[in-house]
Amino acid sequence: MSSQTFPSKLLENAVNEFSRLPGIGKKTALRLVLYLLRQDKGVAVQFSDAIRQMREEIKYCKVCHNISDTDVCSICSTPSRDGRLVCVVESVKDVMAIENTQQYHGVYHVLGGVISPMDGIGPNDLSIGSLEARVKDGTVAEVIFALPTTMEGDTTNFYLYRKLEPYQVKITTIARGVAIGDELEYIDEVTLGRSLVNRQLFSTTL
Amino acid sequence: MILHKIFVINYRNIAQADLQFCPGINCFVGDNGAGKTNFLDAIYYLSFCKSFINVIDSQNVRHHSDFFVIQGQYLNGDSVDEIYCGLRQNQKKQFKRNKKEYPKLSDHIGLIPLVMISPADEMLIMEGSEWRRRFLDSVISQYDKGYLDTLIRYSRVLAQRNQILKDADGNPPADMLDVYDGQLAMWGAMIYEKRKAFINELLPVFNHHFSNISGGAEVIDIHYRSHLSGEDFELQLFASRQRDAQSGYTHRGIHRDDLEFTLGGHPLKKEGSQGQKKTFAIALRLAQFDFLTRHQGVKPLLLLDDIFDKLDSLRSKRLLELVGEDHFSQIFVSHTNRDHLEAILSGIGKEVLFFDVANGEIKLDNQNHHAS
Ligand SMILES: [Zn+2]
Repeated sequence: MSSQTFPSKLLENAVNEFSRLPGIGKKTALRLVLYLLRQDKGVAVQFSDAIRQMREEIKYCKVCHNISDTDVCSICSTPSRDGRLVCVVESVKDVMAIENTQQYHGVYHVLGGVISPMDGIGPNDLSIGSLEARVKDGTVAEVIFALPTTMEGDTTNFYLYRKLEPYQVKITTIARGVAIGDELEYIDEVTLGRSLVNRQLFSTTL
Repeated sequence: MILHKIFVINYRNIAQADLQFCPGINCFVGDNGAGKTNFLDAIYYLSFCKSFINVIDSQNVRHHSDFFVIQGQYLNGDSVDEIYCGLRQNQKKQFKRNKKEYPKLSDHIGLIPLVMISPADEMLIMEGSEWRRRFLDSVISQYDKGYLDTLIRYSRVLAQRNQILKDADGNPPADMLDVYDGQLAMWGAMIYEKRKAFINELLPVFNHHFSNISGGAEVIDIHYRSHLSGEDFELQLFASRQRDAQSGYTHRGIHRDDLEFTLGGHPLKKEGSQGQKKTFAIALRLAQFDFLTRHQGVKPLLLLDDIFDKLDSLRSKRLLELVGEDHFSQIFVSHTNRDHLEAILSGIGKEVLFFDVANGEIKLDNQNHHAS
């Protein structure tokens, strides 16, 4: 495909740009470009404007590092959200997932990854300092860890715990255990064991 | 548990095979290099999600092809399990039970317990400690679901810790080491306890088999050696930090565990005769078999790779007595000489099925007759 000759240099450029995207090969890129070419000019202009504007104007919230249009994101600036409750997540995608549950009314802190020296990610590459500053401020009553259950997620939990512990803030972690719809006989022992140790009052599940 | 049928495509030197087995003794007979061990390996693969001959999967695909498939049908009482394994070059290996893919391979390990006895078992005695750790891990993970996951986590933490030791140029950040040492201590202790319990339970069974096969009165023993039997593991990690930082490597932990085999109080590797070492290795496998039977409530499949050639007649006889006593369930044997093997197995009172193997092709021997 790389040796393919394009009838136009402009076409070739566009195909090359599209094929930089993850999961998009040259073939798909060509299909997308030809599609845009067939549409009204306005469609392509709107498309490229959206991308340019997104890249140029998007901000990261000064407080929680969530993606935002403003200096402080819409979640942090909503007065009805409980600013004393901070949920620590790995990425913006996790904020969106938790928001979709409509069960959480606190605020967030987006770390931007988890600690993994093998991937070249140390604590300084993550927004840990600003989390510490938020807690140090004294306005935070509880920090909720909602990081992945991978070994790197564990490492990051332990690391954060050691950093935040001196400030005597309440530190919790989201429950890990049996998923809704799981049949017990198919659950691994670690998860099932943990679910038993961390059992809860039935009345609280109602 | 019985392997009723197997279907193989492009595995090692096997182009294609579609076989039905008997619940008794199934014999693969052929010259060296014909592929009989490859058939045992295909059976092994369905239990352990990997080959015992070559752990590099891409090298287990037959020459000039780009995928292999191994499929087995297992019967356990009334229940039927179809296990499928497919590998396409440069793609993730697929493992399915009854058409449903496992989310992770470790979920499958232990479903089909299997013990293999082969000449390579002497490596357990003669080679480095990683062979003995691999023995511990492969047996424990067959009956303890959480073990493999714990081990994978420990290994991952270890790799991360070693990475910061290497990256830090002699001065790794203490706050990071605190975290990794804590995680190593947590997972390490779980693994240590499981390995210790396993050896303690294995030892009497092992002693019984050893004295039964050897017919002698030698005193043998297995000692589990681990840093974790000493002072607090986390303190040991702490004390070793400077040394670790200099070498970019974690010196303390269950990744350095070993089993020490002794005979009359002396190291078996140095002091034991060839015969004693062979007996030791077989007794270890038989103890493993009994252990799994007890824990799984089902007798594992038994693979005997080319061992009747290598054993003297007395040891062969003892092993066959166990076969005759219904100690085992289904057995798969590889051997070079059909007449010799038939003579060994005659009068044992079990159903025996012979398969001829040549150039990676296998067929049911037309002279099969039931010994029972
Ligand atoms: Zn925000």
